Amino acid sequence: MKHRYLPMTEQDKQEMLGAIGVSSAEELFNDIPESVRFQGEYDIKAAKSEPALMKELSRLAAKNADLKNYASFLGAGVYDHYAPVIVDHVLSRSEFYTAYTPYQPEISQGELQAIFEYQTMICELTGMDVANSSMYDGGTALAEAAMLASGQTRRKKILISGTVHPESREVVKTYAKGQRVEVIEIPHKDGVTDLAALRELANDDIAGVIVQYPNFFGRIEPLKEMEEIIHGIKSMFIVSSNPLALGALTSPGALGADIVTGDAQPFGIPAAFGGPHCGYFAVTNKLVRKVPGRLVGQTVDENGKRGFVLTLQAREQHIRRDKATSNICSNQALNALAASVAMTALGKKGVKEMAVQNIQKAHYAKKAIMAKGVEVIFDGPSFNEFVIKLPAPFSEVNKNLFEKGMIGGFDLGTVYPELKDHMLVAVTELRTKEEIDALAQELGDQHE
Amino acid sequence: MNNQDQSLIFEISTSGRIGYSLPEMDVATIPLEEILPADYIREEEAKLPEVSELDIMRHYTALSKRNHGVDSGFYPLGSCTMKYNPKINENVARFNGFAHIHPYQDPATVQGALGLLFDLQEHLTEITGMDQVTLQPAAGAHGEWTGLMMIRAFHEANGDTERTKVIVPDSAHGTNPASATVAGLETITVKSDENGLVDLEDLKRVVGPDTAALMLTNPNTLGLFEENILEMAQLVHDAGGKLYYDGANLNAVLSKARPGDMGFDVVHLNLHKTFTGPHGGGGPGSGPVGVKSDLIPYLPKPLIVKQGEQFVLDYDRPQSIGRVKPYYGNFGINVRAYTYIRSMGPDGLKAVTENAVINANYMMRKLEPYFDLPYNRHCKHEFVLSGRRQKKLGVRTLDIAKRLLDFGYHPPTIYFPLNVEEGMMIEPTETESKETLDAFIDAMIQIAKEAEETPEVVQEAPHTTVIKRLDETLAARKPILRYQA
Repeated sequence: MKHRYLPMTEQDKQEMLGAIGVSSAEELFNDIPESVRFQGEYDIKAAKSEPALMKELSRLAAKNADLKNYASFLGAGVYDHYAPVIVDHVLSRSEFYTAYTPYQPEISQGELQAIFEYQTMICELTGMDVANSSMYDGGTALAEAAMLASGQTRRKKILISGTVHPESREVVKTYAKGQRVEVIEIPHKDGVTDLAALRELANDDIAGVIVQYPNFFGRIEPLKEMEEIIHGIKSMFIVSSNPLALGALTSPGALGADIVTGDAQPFGIPAAFGGPHCGYFAVTNKLVRKVPGRLVGQTVDENGKRGFVLTLQAREQHIRRDKATSNICSNQALNALAASVAMTALGKKGVKEMAVQNIQKAHYAKKAIMAKGVEVIFDGPSFNEFVIKLPAPFSEVNKNLFEKGMIGGFDLGTVYPELKDHMLVAVTELRTKEEIDALAQELGDQHE
Repeated sequence: MNNQDQSLIFEISTSGRIGYSLPEMDVATIPLEEILPADYIREEEAKLPEVSELDIMRHYTALSKRNHGVDSGFYPLGSCTMKYNPKINENVARFNGFAHIHPYQDPATVQGALGLLFDLQEHLTEITGMDQVTLQPAAGAHGEWTGLMMIRAFHEANGDTERTKVIVPDSAHGTNPASATVAGLETITVKSDENGLVDLEDLKRVVGPDTAALMLTNPNTLGLFEENILEMAQLVHDAGGKLYYDGANLNAVLSKARPGDMGFDVVHLNLHKTFTGPHGGGGPGSGPVGVKSDLIPYLPKPLIVKQGEQFVLDYDRPQSIGRVKPYYGNFGINVRAYTYIRSMGPDGLKAVTENAVINANYMMRKLEPYFDLPYNRHCKHEFVLSGRRQKKLGVRTLDIAKRLLDFGYHPPTIYFPLNVEEGMMIEPTETESKETLDAFIDAMIQIAKEAEETPEVVQEAPHTTVIKRLDETLAARKPILRYQA
């Protein structure tokens, strides 16, 4: 068998089998009992040459309507943002993408330092003391936060706002089932967490309270008021945040959060049909030894030179085994690198400017759509998303938009039955005035 | 002496420089205060770097040069399957129709993506010998937890609420017991015997009515095939438990033995290992899970199914354990794995395992005279040496690992599995040539000689890296986890 990934020649093979002392490769598999030996070859598609496979997969990809060719107003946790071109150039350095976890620091300083810088940037945006080197995604990061809160407070109930991303809520519930933690939802009122309901549900059995900022409907939650209630019952205040929004919004850390998580996808990470993205996880100093996942720390070498290592590993599964509080091993390091490069390229000014562009464009879109007579519900301070009541069935509207080159927003009726035929519209900095006006026009036409 | 010859990005930041090009602001703007409440408008800017585009590229290029990947050199890291990461995978994953599609688009507009995922499910089902595969889990450990949650749900649905114990060999990966804990189950350890395999007598002792599952890696972390697998399966199944296959070592048995045929009920795969992920400096991975038919109802949702000519996302799964991850798994990694499988085909995958196993056995036999080989029999894709002979000379396995850095190699996995003293776990993979193996073997032999003749050379290694051994105790005692000006 000749293949470009397999360098062993027939001569190599004979020499090596000779050195091993066997006459055939088959002999090396004699320890596999005959009855479980797989005979023959897998019944899978035959190999294709590089050009033939490129052609086939390129055509398969072209069957999908992509965000580069359609104007997308779809967000709901995954956004179409400006990704500086340089991000992919850095990511394509194979010293990064073909490396394993940096367990050998002497030959992994590049990765370790990049992640140390990433941790710093996440701390800066969230206003927290410590950030880990990444989690799978925003949903599982949030679930780990809930489990941390339960372990830390030794309480078995979590409150989660109904305005948290529906899929994150589901993931939290699955993890909670594992740890036998009860999850109770706080209803929302007009698109933000109902504070009266929170007060009613708050008691000293509650390990942590989870809120999303900005929330699933795009609204800014009243974190200040919530913080008082939550810390009043000595519970953990857990905030899930779009990190881009924090370029313009007061950080959760400054508003008293104990744990801040989210997904760094808005920073240079493609939508990629939902993954891989990059969960982030940030805490106060008090919780540093309870953080799940890998942490990079600064130290010195034998000559006193600054260097970086994976540290506080006694928390992790490979040391603590069944006593570990999280089982995470592989994380999303390469995407943390992507986020890091994007945050670096945007920098101090760009992150703020981009966040403000989102606010302004979404605001403009909201007004433009309202001007066409379409109702905006849950109207109030928001980031880059808002909710509209459609003048026609969702699927019909969405189909019409698609025919005009647009990908419509999220169908809220699929997760909030009371919001049938309501659309969550996302407007990022990439949407032009022309595209926004076209959306408003189309929605207005449906109205008439 | 300059104690920091590589600046942090924050240290080269200069006020007034930018590295971005945002779109024009083409809509009318109004003061932010009219949109947001004053309390929620950020006052102080996040202290991110201010650098030009060239500054960024130079910075990360410099960092990349301080990093060793598979493309830099040999990476025989046991249990991690550091094989070549094909470049076509990277190109395919970056096609607009794969990289830039949204998970909530109308399924009719993403049939190409759903079709690919469906076909990958089918391929992995055949490769593992299972009845159904989900592509949801983000990584191996995530797959383990997903599988155990399903096993727990299965037992609970049968009223078997007392089945709370997961049996794990003492040679298992750390994620196994950790995943059991996170799934709300308890771990019991089963010992290895003098041959490095699960001790059947000990297994008989621990298996019972409280057994939820036995988790097994096969071949195990010593690189040895658990040849009593059928007896073990019988024992566990007779007791009412399930058999879980940790797919970390699947590279050893492609086309040779399928977990489904060995009696396993649940399997997770590490697509970033066997199917060329890549590893990305620690992730992202992908950890699909395959199950036998009786566990299908418990698979996480959604599942990708074919209805007529259409591929759809099936959420109507009332017994499902629920969602384990937002959206549909690490799609980008799944695209890469699919591309790899299609590049190899059935004969290619068969050759992968044969060549990986020949490479490992060849190295093992060449190194056997110089290092202790605790389990002397044919290995599969990897083998474990012990450095106890060198330890008597004052040279520890850690020193040997560090000395290998001077030769331009990434060292093997060390001090694992836990049941080997001064262990070195070596996995060459099939993508390495005989010349590469021979050069590594020569380096190992030289180090063995140095341990006898000039041990200080090994003890003080590495000598050629950009940085010497780091003070890990200091890092843990006084953690500095972020830059502060």
